[in-house]
Amino acid sequence: MQINEIEALTRRIRGKIVEMSNKSQAAHLGSALSCVDILVALYWNIMAIDPLKPCEPQRDRFILSKGHAAMALFATLALRGFFPESLLDTFGSVGSCLEEHPSPGCAPGVEAAAGSLGHGIGIGIGMALAGRIQQIPYRVFITISDGECDEGSTWEAAMFASAHHLDNMCVIVDFNKWQATGRSCEIMALEPLAEKWRSFGWSAYEVNGHDMNELTSCLRNIPDHKGKPVAIIAHTIKGKGVSFMEDDNNWHYRIPTEKEVLLAKRELELL
Amino acid sequence: MLARVDQRIILLSGDIGNKLFDPFKEQFPGRFFNCGVAEANMTSMAAGMAICGLRPVTYTIASFVTVRCLEQIRIDICYHNLPVIIVGVGAGLSYAELGATHHSCEDIAMMRVLPNMTVVCPGDAVEVRLALRAAFKRGGPVYIRLGKKNEPIIHKDEPDFQIGKGIIIREGHTKVCLLSTGNVLPVVLETANILATQGIDAQVVSMHTVKPLDEGLLKNVFSQFEIVATIEEHSLIGGLGGSVAEWLSDQRSRKADLLRFGAKDEFIHGAGKQKTARQSVGIDAEIIAREIFKRKQGNSHKNAKGK
Repeated sequence: MQINEIEALTRRIRGKIVEMSNKSQAAHLGSALSCVDILVALYWNIMAIDPLKPCEPQRDRFILSKGHAAMALFATLALRGFFPESLLDTFGSVGSCLEEHPSPGCAPGVEAAAGSLGHGIGIGIGMALAGRIQQIPYRVFITISDGECDEGSTWEAAMFASAHHLDNMCVIVDFNKWQATGRSCEIMALEPLAEKWRSFGWSAYEVNGHDMNELTSCLRNIPDHKGKPVAIIAHTIKGKGVSFMEDDNNWHYRIPTEKEVLLAKRELELL
Repeated sequence: MLARVDQRIILLSGDIGNKLFDPFKEQFPGRFFNCGVAEANMTSMAAGMAICGLRPVTYTIASFVTVRCLEQIRIDICYHNLPVIIVGVGAGLSYAELGATHHSCEDIAMMRVLPNMTVVCPGDAVEVRLALRAAFKRGGPVYIRLGKKNEPIIHKDEPDFQIGKGIIIREGHTKVCLLSTGNVLPVVLETANILATQGIDAQVVSMHTVKPLDEGLLKNVFSQFEIVATIEEHSLIGGLGGSVAEWLSDQRSRKADLLRFGAKDEFIHGAGKQKTARQSVGIDAEIIAREIFKRKQGNSHKNAKGK
């Protein structure tokens, strides 16, 4: 796909997310907007997937471990063709399969439930090992949040993956510098984050998490040529794409009004 | 070995079982993982493997394989309803001498409350083997709670073992039925022997499955017997006794009284091995038999007065 087409796509997804948040009164808008480019890079440029065969054993797997960004995952899957866009309109409404955090098997393309942080990498390791045991050469991509690096289980998983040279897996840290109630690097000593992953035995890279070329060329390194699992620290902006939401942590919980939805969509060139 | 028949079986250990798994590792290289002292990650990994069609078993000390990684069990295994078998060794006070960090008197309660979870506490090594086979057949999350090594074998022959169906170990024709779960079974049989010397011919049931409860069996014993006692090496809160009491409170009528024997709602302090620790909380054949006898006498007295 041409770069301008990809850009238009990320704007459409962001517009969808803003609409979904308003319609269902769902929080975590800023966290969903920060990871859109990562998801687009994976689903359009990197992963071997067929939306019409979501259970194909050979497929690459993706786990959104930061489950609170479910709106971004659902919008991405819909636009990639895993399910009709009309399903997004039901998000968060009574009886819908699309809850505010992904539930098990809630929609085609959702590989694992998430919500409580620090679970996705461990599940991903299980999948990566299963691929090795069953001799199916798929890859496993997991997106976590920077706040998720607070969880001890993240580092249990990090040590196990490198001990077993799981070069078929990749963790992308959506490093948007905020967690629910404060600056991620002030609450816990996250930095030097890439260095931490390296010292845990991973190949680690830092990229601009909103630059499609950088993201894509970095993600092409999986499986890793050094036989290590790969961590990509994607520097992102919380609320990316809507000027009045960018880097404003109020949008972790705030719901946009109708008027703000219009403003956002205008900025995203959707109106 | 089950793993020879079923290629999907994978063994995950939390850095325990020194040499225990050597034969497995030799026969099935690539299907055993020492996951280190990282139970949360081990549990999440098992879930990921099960999502991909494998049949993982996680194994370490009972308190660590359950309570330490409770949320991983709840979300990664139970919420996804995955066929992962969780095996805990050192039920109750098996490792009494190691201190309360290694006691496991809350695990049944914590596993039982999780949706989709099955809880099996085999009464001896024969039941362990059968439980494992049954758990693989059942699918879904199963917790198997083991005692420790070298406990007496109760079953001379393989009994008909079905998850959710108690096994009558000793038929009783008088008034008392003893429901045992897990590693306490030898104590329960000793209790029955003591009661026999007092003219009480007690029935003994191995209620190896705490969830789902064998409601058919419970209906029978609570209508046939005068006293039904639950005995377990677990807290009185939330274990077999707690389950039976909950079930009983939903029943319209019953004949039997329920007596519950198990660990009190407190940590056990002070050094000592399993036998001492059991005695200190009243999980002891003499004590249990005495209590049952007392209640039996009281009931007879009440009935005589009533007439």
